[in-house]
Amino acid sequence: MIAIVDYGAGNIFSVKNALDYLGIDGKLTADAEEIRKADEIILPGVGAFPWAMKMLNESELTDVIREQSRVKPFLGICLGMQLIFEKGYEFEETEGLGLIKGSVQKIERTDLSVPHMGWNGLIFNKECPILKGVSENEYVYFVHSYAAVCNENDVAAYCDYGGKVTALVYDGKFVYGSQFHPEKSGAAGLKILKNFAALAE
Amino acid sequence: MLAKRIIPCLDVREGKVVKGINFVGIKEVGDPVECAAEYDRQGADEIVFLDITASHEGRGTMLDVVRNTAKKVFVPLTVGGGIRTIDDFRETLRAGADKVSVNSAAVKNPQLIKEAADIFGCQCVVVAIDAKKCPDGHYTVVINGGRIDMGIDAVEWAKKAEELGAGEILLTSMDTDGVKGGFDIDMLNAVCSVVKIPVIASGGCGKLEHFTDVFEKTGASAALAASLFHYKELTVGEVKEEMKKHGIPVRMV
Repeated sequence: MIAIVDYGAGNIFSVKNALDYLGIDGKLTADAEEIRKADEIILPGVGAFPWAMKMLNESELTDVIREQSRVKPFLGICLGMQLIFEKGYEFEETEGLGLIKGSVQKIERTDLSVPHMGWNGLIFNKECPILKGVSENEYVYFVHSYAAVCNENDVAAYCDYGGKVTALVYDGKFVYGSQFHPEKSGAAGLKILKNFAALAE
Repeated sequence: MLAKRIIPCLDVREGKVVKGINFVGIKEVGDPVECAAEYDRQGADEIVFLDITASHEGRGTMLDVVRNTAKKVFVPLTVGGGIRTIDDFRETLRAGADKVSVNSAAVKNPQLIKEAADIFGCQCVVVAIDAKKCPDGHYTVVINGGRIDMGIDAVEWAKKAEELGAGEILLTSMDTDGVKGGFDIDMLNAVCSVVKIPVIASGGCGKLEHFTDVFEKTGASAALAASLFHYKELTVGEVKEEMKKHGIPVRMV
């Protein structure tokens, strides 16, 4: 079972819908015990960084996520991916989960629209198990105004938006984070979710 | 590189896809969930549902359509039509929409854009603007299918919508809508030159070259069409093939 962490963020049903469609057992939960028992964890999220950390802290889920992401596959999606890092700078400096070194900063592009919204191609940076069967330059769906700034060796894929933008991170062990929405990225996104689910087998 | 998007739009009334001209002779032509799934198969980058249900009671039916579509279509869904309040936004998003579009309600109460953007994030607030050209050359905002001229400059309104927190502008030209002579290139350029948020071109496409034209001659991020796709005059796939031939960045499926 995949625990989909439900900390009050909007539209978490779309992740659940995608798992249902794939026949993967996913469960929305805010229960620490359930997260400990799960085979894998997905942290979805739409909203603002400080608010999301506050919700995780108040639900006492911060520690269980830190502890469990060391022992089982963990995937953060969109804001859930940004929370993986040590610090966020949306509105104010906020401490993140710190699962991967780095911070989340405003996309500064004077000549391009922000948010970065729409379908952009993946440019691979390193081997990553959840990209199995996904071809380079495959388009996935992004919508974000902040982006992760981290070590290049944690980046599995970039996209090009007036320069390199971190699209997918992987720590080489259990922690994955996708800035794009696999649950809204058509067949390519579903493949990524399927690959993630298969890590538990 | 960011792809230019092709967005089919489905007009839905009381849970059924309908098509008609000026609300006269509307006929039911299908199940919206099936239509959306078919567009997804063709490679649609997003799908827009426009609820033209007249009664408020019909809104629940629209939410069921969104809920059922979200279970089998995994590209972004936008829902518009009759959105007036923050509660309308909330229940539409909760049903599975990724974006909500507002039109007349935002013209009458611009603060709705700001409130919705503050609560749900600007990425899900699409401001739909219907506009037409005035004899003096400027563009004016119209509502109710072009019947009421609001006396507001459309370019200024787009700018204001962006300032208030709109994530996207869906710009429909009432001068080209339904004519099939191509998108309104001048109107799109006028709006694209003053906003940084993505602009979706709507109204007027009738053939393949209209799509390549709009992306080659304007800064539009996406192009929307309803009847063209609905009556299978073109498929999304055909449009994208043509865009690719022209070297326009596009997501092929």
